[in-house]
Amino acid sequence: MPVITLDGHRLEVPAGKTIIEAAYENGLQIPHFCWHPALSVAGNCRMCLVEVGLPRRRPDGSLELDAEGQPLIAFLPKLQIACATPVADGMVVNTKSERAVQAQQAVMEFLLINHPLDCPICDEAGQCKLQEYAFRYSRRVSRFQEEKVHKPKRIIWGPGVIFDAERCILCSRCIRFANEIAKQPVLTFVERNDRVTIELYPGTEFDSPYSMNVIELCPVGALTSRDFRFQARVWEMSFTDSICPGCARGCNIRIGVHHNEILRLEPRRNLHVNQYWMCDEGRLTQYGFVNHNRVNGPQLRRTATGQLEPTTWEEAYEAVAAALRRYKPTEIAIIGSGRLTNEDAYAVVKFARTVLRTPHLDFPRRDDPYFGDDFLRCRDRNPNTVGVLEIGLKPAAGGLSLAELPEQVRYGSVRCLYIVEEDPAALSPELQQALEDAEMVIVHASNYSSTTAHAHIVLATTTYAELEGTYTNIQRRVQLLRPAVATKERPRFQGMAMSRWDKFGAWNDRWAHGPQRDCRQTWQHLREIARRLGTTWKWSRSEEVFQELAHEIPSFAGMTYELLEAYGGIVLGKGRSPDPVPPLRYESHVLKP
Amino acid sequence: MNIQQNTEAQRMSFWERLYLPEIVRGLSITFRQMFKPKFTRQYPEERWEPLGSYRGYPVLVLDEDGERCVACGLCSRVCPALAIEVQAGETEREKERYPVKFEINMLRCIYCGFCEEVCPEEAIVMSKGYELVFEDREAAIFSKEQLLVPIEQLQDRLEFLRRYK
Ligand code: SF4
Ligand code: SF4
Ligand code: SF4
Ligand code: SF4
Ligand code: FES
Repeated sequence: MPVITLDGHRLEVPAGKTIIEAAYENGLQIPHFCWHPALSVAGNCRMCLVEVGLPRRRPDGSLELDAEGQPLIAFLPKLQIACATPVADGMVVNTKSERAVQAQQAVMEFLLINHPLDCPICDEAGQCKLQEYAFRYSRRVSRFQEEKVHKPKRIIWGPGVIFDAERCILCSRCIRFANEIAKQPVLTFVERNDRVTIELYPGTEFDSPYSMNVIELCPVGALTSRDFRFQARVWEMSFTDSICPGCARGCNIRIGVHHNEILRLEPRRNLHVNQYWMCDEGRLTQYGFVNHNRVNGPQLRRTATGQLEPTTWEEAYEAVAAALRRYKPTEIAIIGSGRLTNEDAYAVVKFARTVLRTPHLDFPRRDDPYFGDDFLRCRDRNPNTVGVLEIGLKPAAGGLSLAELPEQVRYGSVRCLYIVEEDPAALSPELQQALEDAEMVIVHASNYSSTTAHAHIVLATTTYAELEGTYTNIQRRVQLLRPAVATKERPRFQGMAMSRWDKFGAWNDRWAHGPQRDCRQTWQHLREIARRLGTTWKWSRSEEVFQELAHEIPSFAGMTYELLEAYGGIVLGKGRSPDPVPPLRYESHVLKP
Repeated sequence: MNIQQNTEAQRMSFWERLYLPEIVRGLSITFRQMFKPKFTRQYPEERWEPLGSYRGYPVLVLDEDGERCVACGLCSRVCPALAIEVQAGETEREKERYPVKFEINMLRCIYCGFCEEVCPEEAIVMSKGYELVFEDREAAIFSKEQLLVPIEQLQDRLEFLRRYK
């Protein structure tokens, strides 16, 4: 393997890599704008200019040495771009030499000549590459006295993206993304020199299902999200690493929370799963339900009024336990969900097998052939089908499947439906009829739905953003979710991501907290109900449920939350020998609050 | 333990114990002051008008074409007391953003003037206002409408900032 020296660090780099790849694979940085590890190399921003030297050789190929026996280095007369120069054995690269620094300062000055002073109103500010480099690599003063070139602002590119031509630094990342990843080549440079800008081909729109990834990809604030625009400054949000529940892919995401409401989701790097991207559908649809229409606290349907009315947890659990005691095991059917975390699914299965002893246990599949594609989106819209099946959430011997259930409810052989985080009434008219026919309907629900409309008891349950747990994606990779939104039970304590306002806001601030719902995770409900039915489960945290699960179910053996976090998820069965994390640890944006 | 010996009263001389000379001395000062010029201000009938350099409570500048604030949130970020809350919204105006909500909790504000210093639009300035009285906590949270002050009334401060900031 070639050995190079980068700013005095000796690196062993596989042949064929570029200098910038060598740097990022070894935890070093080289300033750059247009290079991105997932895109082709354009080499047009010139920010990555570095000084490159090669050892001097005699005609016979041997190295020329200086007085101390070190090889003599001949530096190339011109600086080279690190993003397009492949490494060679013995190469010496300087990114901090005088010539390199001068080049960086010159490029920054050039970029800033026509860049507007928009930072205070720019959504990118706080995580902008240009801002950051202006501090690190520019002279910090402008010598430009003339009027800046003005270009159009607020150009709509498509349903998700707005373009501001003044802020664009013409790195072409968005064009390459459209061509290479979104496979929708509709963008192009037009005009020349300081008038250059980007336009859509006439009559086209940038509406690919992945279009909004260019928002994070753009190193500056030229591309903004029509969904998010101006809702908060980045430093006002708390960002938590989690997993998108939109389909079986389980894209790694970051949840941006402000005043305890989710304002945006953005993709997070996981080279095994989603690389650097997520789909627009996930980004736009997977947070609204966390903020709106929530069940807050346990609800009981009073016979007098026929309405769901708030009650205490104590009373609600007693009511559930009393209702379950009334029926024979085979008269109770549990409808689980592919949206349950592994922990909750484990609790449901254990509850069905050991507490209720009912064989009727199933969950609805969510198959959407129009959603699937050959990139990230999967036709299975449940985030945890694989995990739920692995754990055994399926009809036991003699148990009814979901399809057979409505008939048996009609005949009265199943009289009580126990529904966990699912909305069967919205799935088919037969199931809706079954809900109407059933004598007793108990629901764990995070949101009001057509199912809660039929429920006799509703236990307020967390959404994916409020719990700690794991999903198993379509590649059988178990991935970790962390709580991003505080609940009444789990306030924003240390260890949960906290913005300045979350950290220092007082209890009497109007804004510091936002609505905190009184809801619990499914395994917590089941633990309480099981205790009232005579079985004690000693779980106090999701992690303990996961420990038990990893102990009981062989394919999860060896997994812990720490390992899941460290390896970016672990494939089922590989708990003891996880796939290594790819060496390239690249973040396009780093928030510096 | 109570001290019984060598107390203050035992140490005093006869004249000191009589107090009369001290009373006379005190009264003489009082009478002398009665004929000197007065410095007391008859507040609130007589109010004090501060100079432009005075840092009263912060207010928002209302320009000819409306509020200047672009809801950048920098004042909120810099405020050491976390007194300011800003929520931005989008407008058709050239500057794209405006504050949908702008609140300052006057019980929190410590009159440091950081918000004024950081504002890129000269949209928030320290006024001459020093009379802040509330009957409850909620009333101490000033809304955008309460904070907006026409630019004519803020000329002294703007002039001061232009010269010395
Ligand atoms: S793109 Fe960056 S440098 Fe330009 S205005 Fe936005 S935050 Fe400022
Ligand atoms: S819009 Fe952003 S990503 Fe596209 S060329 Fe301009 S700076 Fe680069
Ligand atoms: S003067 Fe200081 S304390 Fe008062 S609002 Fe401004 S920044 Fe906050
Ligand atoms: S710093 Fe100025 S422009 Fe920005 S939000 Fe505060 S008052 Fe408005
Ligand atoms: S990053 Fe190398 S030229 Fe842009």
